[in-house]
Amino acid sequence: MEAAVLPPRESQPRPLPDETLLRMHELMLTGRVLEERLIRMQKQGDGYFWIGGPGEEAFNVALGMLVDRGEGLAHDYLHLHYRSSATLLAMGADPVDALRQMKNTATDPYSGGRNFAGHASIRRWNVAPISSPIEVQFSMAPGTALAQKRYGGRGITIVQGGDAGTAEGDFATCLIWVSRPGNELPCLMIVTNNEYGISTPAATQHGEARISDRGRAFGIRSKTIDANDAEVAYRELEEAMRYVRTERRPFLLEARVSRLYGHSSSSGANLVKGEVDCLVEIEKKLEERGLRGRAELDAMRAQKTEELLAAARRVIAEPQPEGHTVWDHVFAERDVVQQNPIPCDNHGGGRRTPWLDQAH
Amino acid sequence: MATQVQAVRMALHVGETRLGVTDIFGEDVGPPLGGVFTATQGLATAWNSPLDERGVIGAAMGLALAGQRPVCEIQFGDYAFNTIDLLKLAGAMHWSSNGDWSLPMVMMTPVGSGIHGSIYHSHSFDAQATRTPGWKVVMPSTPYDTYGLLLSAIVDPNPVMVLLPKALMRVKARPGELIPGEPEDERVLSKMIDAPLGDRSKWRPEWPDTPDIFLPFGKLKRVREGRDVTVVAYGRMVAICERVAEQVAADGVSVEVIDLRSLIPYDWEGLVESVSRTRRLLLINEDTEVTNFGEHLARRVTEELFGELLAAPRVLAGKNLPGIGLSDELEKASVPQASGIEQAVRELAATSIARGASSAPRSRPAAPPRLASAELDHREAFARAYAVR
Repeated sequence: MEAAVLPPRESQPRPLPDETLLRMHELMLTGRVLEERLIRMQKQGDGYFWIGGPGEEAFNVALGMLVDRGEGLAHDYLHLHYRSSATLLAMGADPVDALRQMKNTATDPYSGGRNFAGHASIRRWNVAPISSPIEVQFSMAPGTALAQKRYGGRGITIVQGGDAGTAEGDFATCLIWVSRPGNELPCLMIVTNNEYGISTPAATQHGEARISDRGRAFGIRSKTIDANDAEVAYRELEEAMRYVRTERRPFLLEARVSRLYGHSSSSGANLVKGEVDCLVEIEKKLEERGLRGRAELDAMRAQKTEELLAAARRVIAEPQPEGHTVWDHVFAERDVVQQNPIPCDNHGGGRRTPWLDQAH
Repeated sequence: MATQVQAVRMALHVGETRLGVTDIFGEDVGPPLGGVFTATQGLATAWNSPLDERGVIGAAMGLALAGQRPVCEIQFGDYAFNTIDLLKLAGAMHWSSNGDWSLPMVMMTPVGSGIHGSIYHSHSFDAQATRTPGWKVVMPSTPYDTYGLLLSAIVDPNPVMVLLPKALMRVKARPGELIPGEPEDERVLSKMIDAPLGDRSKWRPEWPDTPDIFLPFGKLKRVREGRDVTVVAYGRMVAICERVAEQVAADGVSVEVIDLRSLIPYDWEGLVESVSRTRRLLLINEDTEVTNFGEHLARRVTEELFGELLAAPRVLAGKNLPGIGLSDELEKASVPQASGIEQAVRELAATSIARGASSAPRSRPAAPPRLASAELDHREAFARAYAVR
């Protein structure tokens, strides 16, 4: 049995190399400016709904930088949630694609205008479709992790949700399924804890002192970290991922983060005062270490803001999906995951929606 | 001569040895039990899961995303209601990602009444299954169809539900419906693939050499030809409808019995062909009657074949009750029985809506004797229970 909960880190994390910290900052800044542009687009009527992760960039960028990106069992599988845009950016996603999903254009590569902003799907990088339920990813993750356990290698499954989602049964499902005796799975369970479920403070609904304590009962190595510090986030994720990759066992990481613009556009998407801002924190470090000065930081932000504004103007002019395309992809014509040919015709005469073949 | 449950086992053996099935799993699915109905005895890739239906469906989805070929079992269809959120997500995986992912997984589950299963082992799932878009749904009524449809489900690139009528699990194939390669003598087959009682740790099945048979989805099976009424059923109701057809034939009522087999997709062309001939339609299934799959078919037939019908399409389904009671009388009063089907058939056959000269009825069967109308009673009871107050 693993030692359950590691003691909180007393000392400062080992500092990151300058170039890593600079890269993190640039990605965090892009992530923040992207979320601000998405919020603006929604408020200006260029999108129906916004939800995202401003305030989580230190953690989410670190995650994206550390992921083994690729397709198939040798690489990491990601079951993310709707606050994960900075992770995708750090993996190399084009921020313009997030704008396309906000504007629900036909060019939206994640869902073709079908799903909300922040609901990506990238099979070539093993990013499973992100959906709005806050828990279902925790039930699916053991499946990819089981396949990876069998396959061997260093690929792991990463599943992420918020603190409120841990109240759902699927979180318990994940704890059980990744820790079956003799069948422990290489699964990194992440809870980004912003202490709210929409408008409800976690403290009014959750009696557990730390969510990570729940790993204890299952022998799952667990830890709670301050993920507003970019270096803590990076180093702790690095350590947790090393453990899961090499030991092929689960790890539960609770990352304390801020929620800087509230739950979503439904709650106004206005800047919240009094929360720690991880971007401010990393910029302090850069200034203290003489890596970037205030003027340079301000200029970077202005430039990225300008670039995404220009990109949004272009995206707005891109075509919307045509109504008849709702019938595309109701059923798969072939297995796109395995690329297997189908040895028989199961499509009732080859029509895509054969039970609605007339008068519809 | 296989039973349905043996047909499931033989298909899964073919699946795991020739068609790439990687995981057959669920509650009590692996050794030593091999499934509460023994549907997974002796299979190399069968394993036991925690008693967690959402975990079972979720794990199957994850396995499918990772390029595996999972077949999962929900022990009783009644417990699949716990997973509806995930079933919805599975059905949406290909569509919501705009074709980026496919999700080849099979969920099989025993459904329906007929074994005195009380409130949580009697429910049907076809109404729910057929309103979960993105899933294909089949419900075989014979061992041969079970074998062929399960193999088609395994190789399909989409999520497929195989609903197994639990009352038919131990029913043997009829003469002429052998799966090629299986021994004709049921005792020989049993010796080969049924796990012995007691210690099974050393037991290994001896599988008959059965071929890859892929029964196409969306193709109905006409199990009895008829002239006056088309009766469309699936699962356990098929054999009951056949018996009713036999019975009323003595009075000159000619009933065509159709086993739909594949619910999504379904064989609309086959239905049109039959109903265009008989001009009368009765739809039978066990699930609760409000927002029932038979209602969908009745609606579509009414809309598209109205001018050809001699009688309003009828749906005879499970009563709209919260559960199926344990007592024999309660169960019989809850799901269609031969007597109610017979009455509906006779009433339909005796009905010929007056049409203009151009659509005069071709042949009018003799009016049946007026029966004690349990069906009318039911309509009154329904009206009382669901009246707006």
